[in-house]
Amino acid sequence: MSSHIAYLDGNAAAGELSKVFAMDVTVAQGKCKHCGATRRFAEAHLYMEGPGVVARCCVCEHVLLRLVSARQGVFLDVRGLTYLRFDTTE
Amino acid sequence: MWRVGTVVALHDETATARTITLEVPDWPGHVAGQHVDVRLTAPDGYSAVRSYSIASAPNPERRVQITVERLSNGEVSPYLTQEVIVGDRLELRGPIGGWFVWRSQQTEPVQLVAGGSGIVPLMAMIRSRASAGSTVPFRLLYSVREPGAVFYRDELRELSAEHRSVIMTYAYTRTVPKDWPRPPGRIDAALITDTTWPADLDPTCYICGPSPFVETVANLLTASGNDRDKIRTERFGPTGERK
Repeated sequence: MSSHIAYLDGNAAAGELSKVFAMDVTVAQGKCKHCGATRRFAEAHLYMEGPGVVARCCVCEHVLLRLVSARQGVFLDVRGLTYLRFDTTE
Repeated sequence: MWRVGTVVALHDETATARTITLEVPDWPGHVAGQHVDVRLTAPDGYSAVRSYSIASAPNPERRVQITVERLSNGEVSPYLTQEVIVGDRLELRGPIGGWFVWRSQQTEPVQLVAGGSGIVPLMAMIRSRASAGSTVPFRLLYSVREPGAVFYRDELRELSAEHRSVIMTYAYTRTVPKDWPRPPGRIDAALITDTTWPADLDPTCYICGPSPFVETVANLLTASGNDRDKIRTERFGPTGERK
């Protein structure tokens, strides 16, 4: 587990995620597929040192989301999220 | 998605930090605490993107201010703090982020804690409160290396003097001013107890700074009884440039 590496907050991914999402993912509630915790995406632990962005659950540190921009396109892997809930009343 | 802003003013905050004011004709407006991504592109097509917090309050003039701290090994900050001149055009993406924000409709007390250049988005909140005429109680605990490293010094002095509108505490980590009551040191439990809102007032807390600083302060605020759900954080990366 990479908890010894300094991470950022999920907030910091808002710009990268705006490449593929029409709404701000960082204010959405996300449910972790591994531990079931439901938190704002902004609270996820974010690792941006690699070739892409990796967001991990702030409770169990399992991977929630990966986003990689490559020459041939943008790869998005959200297998660690059961769902994302966007509040449309805000 | 990328907008173009024109540099209309430059102002040095410290020996190493500069505020850049941009006019962005299609700026849709922002909320205090949000950031922008700035993209620089070299003649050979190589480009670098960095995130910077917005320092200015929402305003009708479509102006956006960022304050950039120069990092000796930085790729973008030396250019922004030394090379950019009035009239230059910069590419921006934003405003970005809807979580680490303060809106003038909020009514609960606010506790701000800044580590170094982490003051920038918190300054936008303080300015936003002033320009909206909000009377919500604000406190700022600002940890900074030495007196010469303080950003927005005069404006903060005015905003805190005027009816003690914003209650300010400086915590110097390396050098203190003459006759300063506390020796230099990092924020600890005693300072949190003495200078932040009591947890039973249920303040919303905003912490911005380098990762270890944010971690320490968030834990201290939680230990002093603040609800984790009322603590919002924004960490810098190891380069100091939010990326």
